[in-house]
Amino acid sequence: MAEPVSNITAQMPRAKLAGLLLFFLGPAVVIYTLFSIYPLVATMALSTYTSDPSGARSFVGLANFETLLGDALWSKPFWNALGNNLIFFAVHMCMQNPIGIALAGLLSLPGLRLKGFYRTVMFLPTMLSVVIVGFSWNLILSPLWGVAAGALKAVGLGSLFAPWLGLESSALVTLSLISVWQFVGIPMMLIYAALLNIPEELIDAARVDGLGQFRIFFHIKLPLVLPTISLVSVLTFVANFNAFDLIYSVKGALAGPNFATDILGTFFYRTFFGNQLQLGNPTMGAAVATVMFFIILLGLCLYLFLVQRRIRRYAF
Amino acid sequence: MTAEQRAKSLGVHLVLIAYSLLAVGPILLVVMNSFKVRSAIFGSPLAPPDAATFSLVGYEKVFRSSHILTYYSNSLIVTLVSMALVLLFGAMAAWALTEYRFRGSTALALFLSIGIMVPIRLGSVAILNMMRSAGLNDTLTALILVYVAQGLPMSIFILSEFIQQIPRDLRDAARCDGVPETRIFFEVVAPLLRPAIATVAVFTIVPIWNDLWFPLILTSSDSTHTVTLGVQQFLGQYITDWNSVLAALSMAILPVVMIYVILSRQLIAGLTSGAVK
Repeated sequence: MAEPVSNITAQMPRAKLAGLLLFFLGPAVVIYTLFSIYPLVATMALSTYTSDPSGARSFVGLANFETLLGDALWSKPFWNALGNNLIFFAVHMCMQNPIGIALAGLLSLPGLRLKGFYRTVMFLPTMLSVVIVGFSWNLILSPLWGVAAGALKAVGLGSLFAPWLGLESSALVTLSLISVWQFVGIPMMLIYAALLNIPEELIDAARVDGLGQFRIFFHIKLPLVLPTISLVSVLTFVANFNAFDLIYSVKGALAGPNFATDILGTFFYRTFFGNQLQLGNPTMGAAVATVMFFIILLGLCLYLFLVQRRIRRYAF
Repeated sequence: MTAEQRAKSLGVHLVLIAYSLLAVGPILLVVMNSFKVRSAIFGSPLAPPDAATFSLVGYEKVFRSSHILTYYSNSLIVTLVSMALVLLFGAMAAWALTEYRFRGSTALALFLSIGIMVPIRLGSVAILNMMRSAGLNDTLTALILVYVAQGLPMSIFILSEFIQQIPRDLRDAARCDGVPETRIFFEVVAPLLRPAIATVAVFTIVPIWNDLWFPLILTSSDSTHTVTLGVQQFLGQYITDWNSVLAALSMAILPVVMIYVILSRQLIAGLTSGAVK
């Protein structure tokens, strides 16, 4: 925000400036610090404590993390959730970006009719609650209703149908695909906006040189929207490693079958809030949240230091 | 247009139509079947309701056995109050950060931007403790405070970009006339931020309305549940009653879809504007 500041405000008396800053910044900074930053810090602090049944807390240093990563009772579900979360993210990356790029590419074709209609319709699922989307797909894929089975039978693939959401082998990938279906609108829109921002002269020059639409897209447009694609990827990373709603609403807190769909968000909820199998444990919950924080931080740092820096060299 | 171009354009439209169907098909299917009798839901799920199969039995049941109207009003209160505060406090902070030069302004801007990337959800353990000790547990106020804190960073970021685009002469002219700073903000700058509201809305209203996590953690009684949580719990309870389940889903879908269709032009313009880059 290194904008030139007008001379008049620069010459303001100090006391007056302080008063104005307090008035304009005060409410936002207080609410944000109190209900966003402080809880994050307090949660990390709490992760170094343990509480006995009477509720008294005592400092234990990093013991909670040792338990989480070393005690099989805790580490097995933790690594399971982390592994599942990585699969959840991998499915998003492999499906969401290519589909988003393809749709954005088609939408940005010059002279395409009904553009606004397609955009509106294809973005609609992104606006809905994850709970609603999850449950709707739960019904559609249910063998009880038979819509998915019927649709496959209609195209002669009836034998392919299985209760995907119920099987240990396919439940996680199915849920990931439901999430991709819902959120593909975001990469589509951001990449579409980036494509529209490419200077017209660049495309014209390529066309004069005799390149077709296809090659213009892959050789000129795509490299120019790479920064947007990596931004979308890091947004997806943060959202995925913090996801909870979809698994909880389709599979419940126990993330069945047999924890096959358990990700860090549901693991955190069970640890912190408790469920049919265990009592809630706020201090261990805080430890899980702290680990999730560092995983997200790691992803953000990788993005900032590796991807951002390399991309800047291509920027024009 | 040559035959080849026409074939290409037809192909493009076929792909886009196919994907559009994939995007709205499931939603249409749920809404359509919510208006049918049970036998028709299972007998011919793909057929729209007709005179023989039309029924509102699911909706009647949802109204009778859940507090759906309370959920709606809770969601409305929480979303509207949070949005108003996010816009007001966000615009004020964005104004101060872009307009005044002071020591630590860059550090403050960085501090405020942490919340764009780090999800506030990770602080839930401490948030619940705080709300309990402040006596705010199970109140809409608790939800509003959390959502304002969650929405502020993004709105400050977006609104700063908008404020920077307002011509400087406009504010300095007012200053030369001796207009106080607060009036410059509220009477000159704030009205010019109207186009930014749609952009901020995409990033704040939608996640608040759709959120399941904080209502689940912070509210425990029916009188404070939001639509998302209320419907989620209703679905879990009545899972075998397909009429009610489809009706409850439709009731959660329809208001959002209606608002989206009305505002979609502004929402999409906001999303594709430079503010998100």
